Amino acid sequence: MINIWDYVISFLVGGFICFLAQILVIRTKITTARILVLFLIIGMILEVLNIYAPFREFAKAGASVPIIGFGATLARGAITAAQESGFIGIFTGGLSAASGGIAMAIFASFIFALIFNSKTKRGGH
Amino acid sequence: MDKEERNSNYNLYVESKIPKTRAWPSLFKAFLLGGFICALGQGFYDLYSYLFPNLAESELSTCMLMTIIFITCFLTGLGVYDVIGAWGGAGSVIPITGFSNSISSPAIEFKKEGIIYGICVKMFTIAGPVIVCGVVGSILCGIVGLFM
Repeated sequence: MINIWDYVISFLVGGFICFLAQILVIRTKITTARILVLFLIIGMILEVLNIYAPFREFAKAGASVPIIGFGATLARGAITAAQESGFIGIFTGGLSAASGGIAMAIFASFIFALIFNSKTKRGGH
Repeated sequence: MDKEERNSNYNLYVESKIPKTRAWPSLFKAFLLGGFICALGQGFYDLYSYLFPNLAESELSTCMLMTIIFITCFLTGLGVYDVIGAWGGAGSVIPITGFSNSISSPAIEFKKEGIIYGICVKMFTIAGPVIVCGVVGSILCGIVGLFM
């Protein structure tokens, strides 16, 4: 049932993507927002070129947890909806495919912002 | 001393005062943390595919991402995720946890400015560009999809 290989490959691929991002951070002092957008767009390009699906099949969560997977989900949703329901699908497909993640991020942030008060920053972003 | 020379001297001074990130340890930490978060995601994926065997692969993925996003928001609220982020660098940004943290962190930080102008507005200071680029990009992809 549980395949150890899935975990090993998730760890290696996910780690490698973060490794590449860290090189970018060190070399260019790129900001958080820029790096997120950059990898999101990379994910979309991979999806449009039909590279992402086989990559996802190979790397499991190592492909879907990084923000690349989020971009690919948006792109895949829009492409599928466009092919199924035509013109309107172009606009509805992307967000509806990614709605779960966005809704949860906004909802949880709002709830926890009401509950918690900000701590003293100890570095990071 | 003319202005340009003073500026370049100042830049050199700033450069010398910026704490140097030593390359190799931080690369290794980013690799470890990013890998760990992805392996954790795989764990939730397997758990959900065991609990809900009739969900499709994409729905399982969404459930797994939502779980990770929720946990990250909680850890951000506790102030733990800042510590993790300071340790792991890009390893904490690139996984979906980075997106989640980029929403919850300013939301919590600007709570004191009120619910509307604090939490609701500041929530999107970092994640706004991600959502805008995501929506615009997905529409472009949809247009490409029409002709595929």
